[in-house]
Amino acid sequence: MSVLVIIEHDRGAIASGSLEALTAARTLSSDVIAAVCGGNDAVATACAGYGATEVVDLVHPFLHDYAPQAWGEAVAQLVTARQPDAVIACGTDRGNEVLAHVSVSLDVATVANVLRIDASSAGVWALTRVQWGGSLLEDVTLDAPTKLLTVAHHAYDMVPSEVAEYRTTFTPSLEGSLGSTMVRDRVVREAGVTLTTARVVVGGGRGVGSPEGFAPLEELASLLGGVVGCSRAVTNNGWRNHTDQVGQTGTRIAPDIYLACGISGAIQHWVGAMASKNILAINTDRDANMVTRADYAVIGDLHKVIPAISEEIRRRRG
Amino acid sequence: MSALRIAVCVKRVPAPGSRINVTPDGQSVDATNLGFTTSPHEECAVEAAVQLVELHGGSATVVTLGPVEAEEQLRYAASVGVERALLVSAGDGLNWDPQRTATALASAIASVEARDGVFDVILFGNESADSGGFQVGIRVARALGRPVVNGAKGIEVGDDVITMRRPIDAGFEVYELPRPCVIGVKEGINLPRYPTMKGRLASKKVAVEVIEGLDQPGGQARVRLHRPEEKASSTIILGNGPEAASAVVDLFAELGVLT
Ligand SMILES: Cc1cc2nc3c(=O)[nH]c(=O)nc-3n(C[C@H](O)[C@H](O)[C@H](O)COP(=O)(O)OP(=O)(O)OC[C@H]3O[C@@H](n4cnc5c(N)ncnc54)[C@H](O)[C@@H]3O)c2cc1C
Ligand SMILES: Nc1ncnc2c1ncn2[C@@H]1O[C@H](COP(=O)(O)O)[C@@H](O)[C@H]1O
Repeated sequence: MSVLVIIEHDRGAIASGSLEALTAARTLSSDVIAAVCGGNDAVATACAGYGATEVVDLVHPFLHDYAPQAWGEAVAQLVTARQPDAVIACGTDRGNEVLAHVSVSLDVATVANVLRIDASSAGVWALTRVQWGGSLLEDVTLDAPTKLLTVAHHAYDMVPSEVAEYRTTFTPSLEGSLGSTMVRDRVVREAGVTLTTARVVVGGGRGVGSPEGFAPLEELASLLGGVVGCSRAVTNNGWRNHTDQVGQTGTRIAPDIYLACGISGAIQHWVGAMASKNILAINTDRDANMVTRADYAVIGDLHKVIPAISEEIRRRRG
Repeated sequence: MSALRIAVCVKRVPAPGSRINVTPDGQSVDATNLGFTTSPHEECAVEAAVQLVELHGGSATVVTLGPVEAEEQLRYAASVGVERALLVSAGDGLNWDPQRTATALASAIASVEARDGVFDVILFGNESADSGGFQVGIRVARALGRPVVNGAKGIEVGDDVITMRRPIDAGFEVYELPRPCVIGVKEGINLPRYPTMKGRLASKKVAVEVIEGLDQPGGQARVRLHRPEEKASSTIILGNGPEAASAVVDLFAELGVLT
């Protein structure tokens, strides 16, 4: 068996998800081809460092920057040329998008966000995949001559496995119209501490009551060098920007501690917060789902509890 | 610029609360006592369609593939300003695999376009709320021979090109797509309006066109749904009210976040 892995990188910076996908591919086969659109030496070396026995550079002007449709068609042509048994990408926005295009070009199914692969029956594979952003799992069968799937981000740890670097090139033939989905421009903003990188997230829900009600949460977050997050009830009310939303259709967070204040803990919020190392719920309702599933809780009115916490921090710092 | 023709595809899904229960046969979410909704991404796609029509003129059509009950989601879109509705009927349509769903949607959309004209833009959610296959929009676009990009958090329609913004870790990417095209929308692109009483009444009068869904199953088939293992949790109550502050700060110190 051989497995082709679609490597995701942004102008030469390889995505950690691709290293996870290479690791996943190695559980199926020792014959792993890394397909790189518009790559460079550093990307090829990283792939060999994670067990890719061959790195194929796909070369075409439409592949110089990200272009989902061109990437998909180019990889599909490589698949047709090389006939791997499976094609794997990581289940990121780009990975899922490119693989969907590959699957259309090859006219086969593709399965998104897989957690477990059983390839013991060559004709039909048995997979477990993510539904509802991780709140529910689905066992499926995949019946296709070439098996296409993305592995859910973080489902496989990335494990290095150095092999000799062997690099080849492949030149796809791409119609002019395929260039239309290429990135035209980028606007870069100052990154700073974000929801995904913060060690402390102070989250507020409907219980905060108003946009102004977030001031004490902002204050506590800044005392701890953290950031403020929120629930969808908050963004839907227009109290905060959607970039602050934690959950299935917002951001997935993994801080050292998440303070969930006035948030009931609906499943779609919980899946975005559950990777937090510690969760402290502050809620008036002892039976709220957020409270019963949290590691720690304070039962009470957040409008009184949060200022008291900030006050205590300042007192101890003198 | 000529008036816009926009279509927006939404999927009816159950709206679970704190846990998702599965029917004993493992084939679907147990929707007893649950309401139904669409993905937040799709609510935003509907809002984007309505806003584009408000800005440029034209009309928006909401499309769903599902059981007859999915009319509820079509009428909701109508209550916030979509004028036309198309139900691609599928007996048990909520559980159709992505290829089957896309084939039926593409063929229904193509037949409407053959009669009424091409949609300048077809909007999808980035992913459906339940099955999250990240592909139905792409499949439909490719079947119709149109360019498609997912993840939109900004759309501007010009005479020839449609400019789209997609967030990345630090900032955003810009794409320029020719018309007609297909775009997958993410929540956050706008703040969906709530239906007004007038909108609700008007939505009852919107005619729902029904097209029988073309039924061609694809290569992914459901075996069963099940809940992930939950880590058993026992919550440590640090206290009640502001008096708990000292215990909370002790915890911060213990976790090393009090630097
Ligand atoms: C497909 C889908 C995707 C979704 N995606 C997301 C998502 O990404 N993120 C998300 O958050 N939601 C998401 N939702 C919405 C989710 O189902 C809930 O509606 C939402 O999370 C509720 O927000 P909340 O907890 O702030 O509000 P509520 O459920 O109203 O809870 C408010 C809580 O505040 C407590 N409270 C009230 N006053 C106080 C006070 N003074 N002090 C302390 N506590 C107080 C109450 O006891 C209650 O527990 C999604 C829904 C669907 C259907
Ligand atoms: N049954 C359906 N009816 C209408 N649109 C759908 C249906 N299923 C999926 N879609 C659309 O396709 C998008 C992507 O779905 P998915 O590929 O399942 O993640 C969704 O956000 C919807 O816009």
